[in-house]
Amino acid sequence: MTALTGTRRLVRLVLRRDRIRLGIWVLGTPLLGYALAGSVAGIYPDEAARQGYAATSASSLVARAFNGPIAGTDLGAVVVAETYVTLALIVALLSTFAVTRHTRQNEETGRAELLGASVVGRYAPLTAALLVVVAANVLAAALLMLALAAAGLPLAGSVAAAGAVGGVGVAFTGVASVTAQLSVTSRGANALAAAVVGLSFVLRAAGDVLGDTSADGTRVQSAWPSWLSPLGWGNQVRAFGGERWWVLALPVVLLLAGVALAYALAERRDQGAGLVVPRPRPATGASWLLSPAGLAWRMQRGTLLGWAVGVAVLGLSMGVAGDEFNAMIDENPAAAEAINAMGGGSNLVDAYLAAMLGLFALTIGAYVVQALLRVRGDEADGVLEAALATAVSRTRWLGTQVLAATLGAVALLLLAGLTTGLGYGLVTGDPLGQAIELGGAALLRLPALLVVAGVVTALFGLVPRWSVVLSWTALLVFLLLGQLGAVLDLPQAALNLSPYTHVPSVPAVDPVVLPLVVLAGVAAALLATGVAAFRHRDVPS
Amino acid sequence: MPVISIDNLVKTFGAVRALDGLDLRVEAGEVHGFLGPNGSGKSTTIRILLGLLRRDSGEARVLGADPWRDAVRLHRRLAYVPGDVSLWPNLSGGEAIDLLGELRGGLDRQSRDELLQRFDLDPTRACRTYSKGNRQKVAIVAAFSSTVELYVLDEPTSGLDPLMEAVFQDEVRRIKQAGATVLLSSHVLAEVEALCDRVSIIREGRTVESGTLAELRHLTRTTVIVETARPVTGLDALPGVHDVRQVDGRTHLEVDPAHFDELLGQLIRFGVRALTSTPPTLEQLFLRHYGDGNATTAQPQSTEAQRTGAR
Ligand SMILES: Nc1ncnc2c1ncn2[C@@H]1O[C@H](COP(=O)(O)OP(=O)(O)OP(=O)(O)O)[C@@H](O)[C@H]1O
Ligand SMILES: [Mg+2]
Repeated sequence: MTALTGTRRLVRLVLRRDRIRLGIWVLGTPLLGYALAGSVAGIYPDEAARQGYAATSASSLVARAFNGPIAGTDLGAVVVAETYVTLALIVALLSTFAVTRHTRQNEETGRAELLGASVVGRYAPLTAALLVVVAANVLAAALLMLALAAAGLPLAGSVAAAGAVGGVGVAFTGVASVTAQLSVTSRGANALAAAVVGLSFVLRAAGDVLGDTSADGTRVQSAWPSWLSPLGWGNQVRAFGGERWWVLALPVVLLLAGVALAYALAERRDQGAGLVVPRPRPATGASWLLSPAGLAWRMQRGTLLGWAVGVAVLGLSMGVAGDEFNAMIDENPAAAEAINAMGGGSNLVDAYLAAMLGLFALTIGAYVVQALLRVRGDEADGVLEAALATAVSRTRWLGTQVLAATLGAVALLLLAGLTTGLGYGLVTGDPLGQAIELGGAALLRLPALLVVAGVVTALFGLVPRWSVVLSWTALLVFLLLGQLGAVLDLPQAALNLSPYTHVPSVPAVDPVVLPLVVLAGVAAALLATGVAAFRHRDVPS
Repeated sequence: MPVISIDNLVKTFGAVRALDGLDLRVEAGEVHGFLGPNGSGKSTTIRILLGLLRRDSGEARVLGADPWRDAVRLHRRLAYVPGDVSLWPNLSGGEAIDLLGELRGGLDRQSRDELLQRFDLDPTRACRTYSKGNRQKVAIVAAFSSTVELYVLDEPTSGLDPLMEAVFQDEVRRIKQAGATVLLSSHVLAEVEALCDRVSIIREGRTVESGTLAELRHLTRTTVIVETARPVTGLDALPGVHDVRQVDGRTHLEVDPAHFDELLGQLIRFGVRALTSTPPTLEQLFLRHYGDGNATTAQPQSTEAQRTGAR
């Protein structure tokens, strides 16, 4: 078939370009799984402990929303509940980015034109990307299966759990191959696919929250919305809880459907084009646009709007869910104890709300990284050169970008706090008061985000070529330290590396000023370093 | 005071020595051609003049100021057109022009609109959708609609059609009339011949020649074809005469302009019937410089080989 000519060469090209990324992915996921399984086994060593965990997980709507439906009291089931959602999200995003990188990004940058003019079939670039990404998922799943089995879990369940995680990657490979056909930019393609990931999360959470609890109270039967979500399928495999093997076929079906649709779209569209027809644009620049700040706003506003919608929806639902704690405190003192330990305060609801705000702060960190890395994108594209050849100083240019990202982060944090408070207030009374209180509490997380901005800026100034990879790595490390540090029982010194460790967990505890001041100082030092380094280096470099 | 003065400029990228003691002088009010083979360091020099790259050693002054330290102040007084224009993909061409102009400190709306018309550019299209030539036009319009003292143009017309090339040349003449100075890096020799008062040729990061085109011609050998009554002898012994060949009963040779007199004195003794003397074409001139860097000892037969090597 001539449409596939050249696929083999392109596969080699993809492997050559991504050998390090793929290596980290394929080895990192199983290692993480192994470490997590080991420490969960340490925390819940006997049947009684696991019984308590399962009962809590089944009765808590929050646990259902974030950890999925618990599938029994087996150690494996506990491991899956503690780790599946995190691993699945990571794998879904990795697969998405990888597919986009080797399809739409090549078209956007014009590289595909050289390839397309050589002996390469129309489907070859997409096919090569799919082959590599699916192979990476299969390989990572196989190693994860070995890792789980090596951690002492039953073989059948290990196969099912690893298959569930790999299946998520395979499913989103199919999704990304379609979104790569739709958007003209790789940023847009990734954003579309990430929106599907987000929707899948919400559908799964809704289905799991609405599901039924079994008679013994240690299992949850998800409702139908979970079945609409590729993230939910992994739970429906029910690893370690009476495996349903046929569910593993669903991701493959989605992949095949996605690929068929992508091929059909690729056949009908021009190279480099999307599905949106170009329309006339303004002939002159509006006066607000004509400054570094105006440009930064213009470049950020779409992204920021998308984030705002996501944050608001999530905030409202988290807030509304908060009320269940009031009911739970009466019903289940053990669960209360567990969540209390997590949030670190005396009031259970406050602990929960504080944990949610912490999660928001981490997520909004991704916005900060994404927004600031635009400068590096501009540098690599050659646009920065044109901008800096005008009468704008480097300090002003970079400072404006940092300021824009910071203002965006402030807006998103505030929105997260306001909507969470509003949601909680709507079910408990006093929506306005709660919104104001949580809005303020959310803003206290800002210093941690300033440190994130500082890290990205310093990397951009000092090691521009590595700034993209290292910035995301830093955020991922902060995420892992925050989310899994306790499960992995890491030493405090390691946890202290993350700025998020140091923000007081308001409203669970009283605000303390000193750590915030120190964080702000660290952020200022990092920002100053980044700006100074940027002023003294070559552009582009 | 020269508008641009560069002395012994050195810039390395790791192991690559992009500039290796480059000298350049551009006087106020002139259009200065900046020529050299691919990879010889033209864009690197220009980026140093714009304060984008830092020099390793040597001196560089633009409009009397240090291009690195005084970058912002200088950029108000100059405009830049890169050879490979990248733009914000989601801005329209008109927005990009206005933005670049405003960042430089303001542009003249009337000449902006006139230039758009003259260059036949539709400002309502997203930059992403422009062709190569149209992207180039965006940068040219943005630069020429500001009134500044110095225009730095790095292969500004790459990708322009002949009609637009003519419009471009008119615009350069217009800004020159207005008293501006232009540094023009280009591979289009016709453009250089039409516009430039003086040229500098660089090779491997070093200046090999600088002067007016007439001066450069003078430094390069002239081709002479002569028909004589009796076979010419003794030419090889003459100074400045090279590459003597007999073709169809005529003598072909190359001579350094400085030694024309000696050559004629010798030829006259053999009964000259016909004589043509052709100064080098611009292309030959540059190919010799590009090819091996030493104009006076170049081997003309190797021109073809050099052409493939230099391109
Ligand atoms: N950022 C960089 N890193 C490494 N090497 C570089 C870099 N920029 C330029 N060079 C090298 O410096 C040399 C000069 O490049 P430059 O772009 O100045 O050439 P040029 O004269 O503009 O060529 P052209 O006519 O092709 O535009 C080349 O050998 C090039 O490979
Ligand atoms: Mg160049």
